[in-house]
Amino acid sequence: MLRSLALVAACVAAIAAHGQQRPIATDALRSGLAYVGADVRAMQADDLANPGFLWVQRGEALFTENCASCHRDAASMRGVAARYPAYDASSSSVLDIEARIDQCRTQRQRKPAFGRESDDLLALATFVTHQSRGMPINVSIDGPARESFARGEAFYRQRHGQMNLACTNCHDQNYGKRLYTETMSQGHGSAFPAYRLEWQALGSLQRRLRACLFGVRAEMPRPGAPELTDVELYLAWRANGLPVESPGVRR
Amino acid sequence: MMEARINVPAKAARNEPFEVRLQIRHAMETGYRTDDTGKAIPRNVVRNVTCRYNGDVVFAAQLSSGIAANPYLRFFVTARSSGELVFEWVDDAGVRVTERAPVIVA
Amino acid sequence: MKRRRFVQGAAALALLGVRPAQAALPTIPSLDAWLAGRAPRFERIKLSIPALADNGFAVPMRVIVDGPFAPGPHVKSIRLFSETNPVSDMAIFEFPVPIERVEVESRIRLAGTQQVVAVAEMTDGRVYAMATEVIVTLAGCMDGT
Repeated sequence: MLRSLALVAACVAAIAAHGQQRPIATDALRSGLAYVGADVRAMQADDLANPGFLWVQRGEALFTENCASCHRDAASMRGVAARYPAYDASSSSVLDIEARIDQCRTQRQRKPAFGRESDDLLALATFVTHQSRGMPINVSIDGPARESFARGEAFYRQRHGQMNLACTNCHDQNYGKRLYTETMSQGHGSAFPAYRLEWQALGSLQRRLRACLFGVRAEMPRPGAPELTDVELYLAWRANGLPVESPGVRR
Repeated sequence: MMEARINVPAKAARNEPFEVRLQIRHAMETGYRTDDTGKAIPRNVVRNVTCRYNGDVVFAAQLSSGIAANPYLRFFVTARSSGELVFEWVDDAGVRVTERAPVIVA
Repeated sequence: MKRRRFVQGAAALALLGVRPAQAALPTIPSLDAWLAGRAPRFERIKLSIPALADNGFAVPMRVIVDGPFAPGPHVKSIRLFSETNPVSDMAIFEFPVPIERVEVESRIRLAGTQQVVAVAEMTDGRVYAMATEVIVTLAGCMDGT
């Protein structure tokens, strides 16, 4: 009950803030879980069977070793991932969680970056995201984040690749319908970093976006490319109110 | 370091079965995949998993490439006396891991 | 917390519903070699795999052999065989110490739609078997990452 009230409040605030209609109405927002098979849902629901926890566990160890001296404990990370991607003043750019962690690593700790898509960074990002589990996504697209958001929206609506498909074609106009044997989801990133059965491993939202672009036979931006962060921000805004699922399991 | 997650209930009832869950971080490389140059990636799977309860092997699993990556096992052990479960497994590359979990039997 | 876990577990079990058992086994050379002429009984062992797998890379599998066992023969081992995987011997689960609750869950890899066979061997040599068909589809899109 409280959660749905918070959800409504967050969404009202979201709509009021930018006065922009979201492509999928709040009450029609559905997690990707609604479009996967029962066994994938069951795998995510059972913490003792969810393979993503192998990364949460590793992330916890890395956090204790590298981050706890400043950030005290896991509880201090509660709510953080729900606000990401977020604008970072020091770099004048929007950062996703992975970039934020590596920024901390290189700028504040003066250590070599973990590196995009590295196992350690994935584990840390999953651990941090896990602390926001169940909390509604609540990203801001106000002020300096606006440009990134606009670019992300444009990318999302633009047709890509040899198949000449835009994200909106499937994920706004055809969710719930079949693409070969799979049911198309609404394309939220709310469960990432997620254990994807197809990858046989846990991976980032950027990896999932790159995979989709590969699927429409487009050139994939390199991991960490700014357009991917722009799309991540747009997707998060589009999913504002949906609960963070972490670690997610997807097919 | 091969990440692993072991779950054993906090307390087990004497002479009753208790549930054990084991997850191992391992690619379970089948040997049928090729890398970007076309070269075959050699097979490397977790082969033998044993679970010893106060010294006796109570469960063993011989796995193959037919078991999914990041192998997951759920099985039961009959609680006899308090002590320790010792898990051991080895993969094709010869990497051997030992993990322990205490068992309290009431 | 404990109650929620029970409900989750029950839901998961309901998903892996046992389907009507077949009374015949597919031809798998390594299975036939291991049986060495023994005729399996199609009872007592329950192999549960979703009828339609979300992804062939990780398909949940549960096998149960119904008790009671004591004081008679108990389960020595359970073997899993694949009909069409390149490696037909999937796993062997061994029970060196008699146990009343014979239940094992794991996740298997299936290279396409096929039958999977579970065989339990008792300490008196008796063999119980069950085969079940699983439909495995391909992903909707190629993933080049």
